[in-house]
Amino acid sequence: MSTLHLDAEALYADLLAGLRTLLKPGSALVGIWSGGAWLAERLQRDLKLGGEHGVISSALHRDDFGSRGMAAGADHTRLPFDVEARHIVLIDDVLFTGRTTRAVINELFDFGRPASVTLAVLVDRGGRELPIQPAFSAARVALPRGQRLSLARDEQGRFSFDIKDAT
Amino acid sequence: MLSRRNPQLNAHGELIHLLSIEGLPKTVLTQILDTAGTFLSVNDREVKKVPLLRGKSVFNLFFENSTRTRTTFEIAAKRLSADVINLDIARSSTAKGESLLDTIANLSAMHADMFVVRHSESGAPYLIAEHCAPHVHVINAGDGRHAHPTQALLDMYTIRHFKGDFTPLTVAIVGDIVHSRVARSDIHALTTLGVPEIRAVGPKTLVPGDLREMGVRVCHDMAEGIRGADVIIMLRLQNERMSGAMLPSAGEFFKHFGLTADKLALAKPDAIVMHPGPINRGVEIDSAVADGKHSVILPQVTYGIAVRMAVMSTIAGNDA
Repeated sequence: MSTLHLDAEALYADLLAGLRTLLKPGSALVGIWSGGAWLAERLQRDLKLGGEHGVISSALHRDDFGSRGMAAGADHTRLPFDVEARHIVLIDDVLFTGRTTRAVINELFDFGRPASVTLAVLVDRGGRELPIQPAFSAARVALPRGQRLSLARDEQGRFSFDIKDAT
Repeated sequence: MLSRRNPQLNAHGELIHLLSIEGLPKTVLTQILDTAGTFLSVNDREVKKVPLLRGKSVFNLFFENSTRTRTTFEIAAKRLSADVINLDIARSSTAKGESLLDTIANLSAMHADMFVVRHSESGAPYLIAEHCAPHVHVINAGDGRHAHPTQALLDMYTIRHFKGDFTPLTVAIVGDIVHSRVARSDIHALTTLGVPEIRAVGPKTLVPGDLREMGVRVCHDMAEGIRGADVIIMLRLQNERMSGAMLPSAGEFFKHFGLTADKLALAKPDAIVMHPGPINRGVEIDSAVADGKHSVILPQVTYGIAVRMAVMSTIAGNDA
């Protein structure tokens, strides 16, 4: 078991502050399912952006489909705005290898050609396998490769982190 | 030798071939329906294609003609980025005397990854699944009178889309049940998904009493059969049945079992009318009903593509 303690609510406050500097006029928030989608939902509200945030799933563009198959029960992409010529800010809870980010960028381009794509994350845990870097991360941590870090949300909408040993 | 376990499932209970609805657990059916929902939204995109089967070859082997089913499988495979090869088997190798397994062996040597098989003999897709290489997946696109599992799944998707929950429903299947692989697969799927009342409606020659063994209520009277139904699935009356002693005439069938607005009024006010197609207007269904507000026949076709994408991507992602 890890003794790492991450205060997800405090990190969220940092992410919120970081987002204010990243947003351009007409930017749209797109949360990566599932943890990133929760974050985008709350950021949309706290930043008083109006309209709806987008949700994006990596399921249809994953590079491990051949070995892992279809993810059961995965939510599907919902982008309630035109992607064409938009500044898109992707939001994720944890950035690790970068493979999910690569897959959702491909997914995004199936809907149009955005003006730009930026990535902001709650936690960057290193271990990148692709040339992808976030424009903002609220924290950087080092974890053994075998451990899984993911965001959880309780009934009141408060965030916390789950750290598990991968099976 | 068929292994003792269901040949459609691997040791982890995951779907590797789709041969029949019979014997598939509810979780597998529900997973396919959920996945189909994801694929339905692909139609709304600028790029209507996803790369899940990129580099894979899907062979459509239609030993029996069916333009619509073959086309929807072809569209489904192409939307998943597979290479699709359509073989008009009926007019090629088998006509020259090649056996089914020799045909399959030859196509496997061409590096096929998936076979979509329609055959007039019940069990042909099982035979192929049994003899193909472990990495090859087989989908039954209709075999004899036995099964048409993707049609049943798209019917279930349609019902779930319009009705939400299966557990309070009454579903009437009307027409030539005894010869229908669609009816057989629908009955298995509806039962597995928890539909409490399934009715088989039609004349005694086409709806024999022993269908009760499948857990359905047999009705030889149309009014009794569709009264209070939430879902009415009309089946195509196959012309070849008319030439035998099974039916006096198409007109006679329409009079008693054809779905008209008058008869439809006996069903629930929000009932949906389905048909696997192609429809025979004025034989099993009146034009006004086929084109009317209760009809979901065309949405069925659209959902059929998403459901077939779901089946293909599910089995392709599971190892034998």
